[in-house]
Amino acid sequence: MSDVASPPTRADATARAVYGARPRRPYSRDTVETRLFRVLRWVVIAALLLVTLFPFYYMVLLSVRSLDELLRDPGALLVSPGEWDLSTYSEVLRPASDGGQGFLRFMANSAMVALGTVFLTLLIALPGAYAVSRLRFFGHRQISGLFLAVYLFPSILLAVPLFVFFSRVGLRGELVGLLLVYVSQIVAVAIYMLRNYFDTIPVSLEEAAAIDGCSRLGVMWRISLPLAMPAIMANALFVFMIAWNEFLFALLFLVEDRESWTVSLGLSQLSGSIEVPTTVLMAGSVIITLPIIIVFLATERLLVGGLTAGAEKG
Amino acid sequence: MTTDVPGRTVRGGDGAGGQIRARRPHGPMRRSEARAGLLLISPTLIIVLVVVVVPILWTVLLAFQRVRLLNLRSANIFDPLTLDNIRTVLESDDFVPSLMTTLAYSVFGTGLAIVIGLVAALALRGAFRGRTFVRAAMLLPYVAPVVAVTFVWRTMLNPQFGVANELGVNVFGWDAPIAFLSERSAEVSILGLDVGVPVALMTVIAFEAWRSFPFAFLFLTARLQAAPATLEEAARVDGATPTQRFRYIVLPQLMPTIAVLAVLRFIWTFNSFDDIYLLTGGGAGTEVISVRVFNFLTARGDIGLASAQALVLAVILAVVVGLYLRRFARREEVAG
Repeated sequence: MSDVASPPTRADATARAVYGARPRRPYSRDTVETRLFRVLRWVVIAALLLVTLFPFYYMVLLSVRSLDELLRDPGALLVSPGEWDLSTYSEVLRPASDGGQGFLRFMANSAMVALGTVFLTLLIALPGAYAVSRLRFFGHRQISGLFLAVYLFPSILLAVPLFVFFSRVGLRGELVGLLLVYVSQIVAVAIYMLRNYFDTIPVSLEEAAAIDGCSRLGVMWRISLPLAMPAIMANALFVFMIAWNEFLFALLFLVEDRESWTVSLGLSQLSGSIEVPTTVLMAGSVIITLPIIIVFLATERLLVGGLTAGAEKG
Repeated sequence: MTTDVPGRTVRGGDGAGGQIRARRPHGPMRRSEARAGLLLISPTLIIVLVVVVVPILWTVLLAFQRVRLLNLRSANIFDPLTLDNIRTVLESDDFVPSLMTTLAYSVFGTGLAIVIGLVAALALRGAFRGRTFVRAAMLLPYVAPVVAVTFVWRTMLNPQFGVANELGVNVFGWDAPIAFLSERSAEVSILGLDVGVPVALMTVIAFEAWRSFPFAFLFLTARLQAAPATLEEAARVDGATPTQRFRYIVLPQLMPTIAVLAVLRFIWTFNSFDDIYLLTGGGAGTEVISVRVFNFLTARGDIGLASAQALVLAVILAVVVGLYLRRFARREEVAG
């Protein structure tokens, strides 16, 4: 530490000797740095906001412009409400048979898969997380490590055999196959998040219920589940977001049948073709991003707490 | 292991009702607890075993067999083993460049994401009006659907009507629009030297940093909140300037978190497929290994080759991460 501190200290040596420990000169390194960072901080915040939000602004902007206008004046970043063209939204939502892009159908598929994943994951992960947190059984310490390993494995490594397997049993192209894959991928993280929350619930509450004659299942159902509700909600929304956003497995399993495309797959397939106008697809992007942003803003605090619960210990 | 558990646990459940956590190391309560635990965890174990562990083992097998999409019906797991797939993968002319691309993408993507995340976490450390909103905004790139954000980026960077080139040509005075996502390399003269710059690769790295810095931001913010203010206060009283306080007080406390972030982000970026596939389709010098696996599987229909390539990817990743962890662990020992 001393070598970095030395240049200014040497210069201030006399000042220090006279005035005490802290130099009071107007341009000491400390004041310069403090002032610099006070300004720099706002510059950084503004830049970060611009960088993170601009793409989303651009998405909304392009979704309400017509293609002709976009090509005529690509640099325009403000469009007055009078010039808004909302026909893009109705075109992207209408079914393909009706001259639209069928996003309503994709959204229904995605919602089905995502909600199914949420339901199944919770059904499996809740007892699992409870067991890992509360019960001592053979290997309960090793299980978290095993799940972590699963989570870190390349999903492309799973893609090949699952593709082969589902092709052979005829589940490729079915939403059910996709559902199974999602659950298996997410359940480890879900258990990790839920277990952290179960750990914070005092055991004494459960013991009190047990002494009053509650069975183990009764304790789980009447005491632990209601207490863990905030974590369960956060977890459900987290799982929903992952399943709604997923792309690789949807691409591998569902690409052949347009009727079963999810929103992610639909947008990526249509954006590869030249026939669909960019502005219409921007409307599609807004539509598939909106549910995620709503879910995220509604639960930001819960999610952030749940995700980073283990971070403080480093 | 799991099949005989249900029957037994019904008995155990009845007998154990009263005790949540047995204090004694052995005895019937403890045994019933163990049975209940296994019963409750068994659905998870089964699905992970069937849909994750078995497929991984199967990939290893497939990598050593001659299986194509066309003869999938007649193929079975007892087909003769061969090293051809592995050899084809390793001897391919594109393999080394692709590996280098993957490494560059993961190292620079991870590094940039952590640096930006750190800067953001420090800038948003002190409270101010509207901080909650800014924090939420910082996380948007990470939670938004990857397909939607890649589409927006592709449109923004489009040479014909993208806003980036429009601004570049009209405001910053570029000579010509830049094809950010389809130009393999461009000559840029820096101080009179012409240097080849991998444009598309840099663009996807920038995208990766943009998309994943919120993750680093989130964890570093959580760690910063747990850092005791008294240490910095003491350093300030002793005359340490802001940069010194950061270098000698804050950063050492963040280092373990940064190390964990580096490993996690490196693994995820190394394996990531979506971002590059959606941005460039693997063209213009951005073909990372996972995109190659996908192309082997779908475009060539060669399952054995795709498995071999995926296996090589996993092995390289394991080696790199293993080396890093060993080095890091040793440094910790020295420090401790």
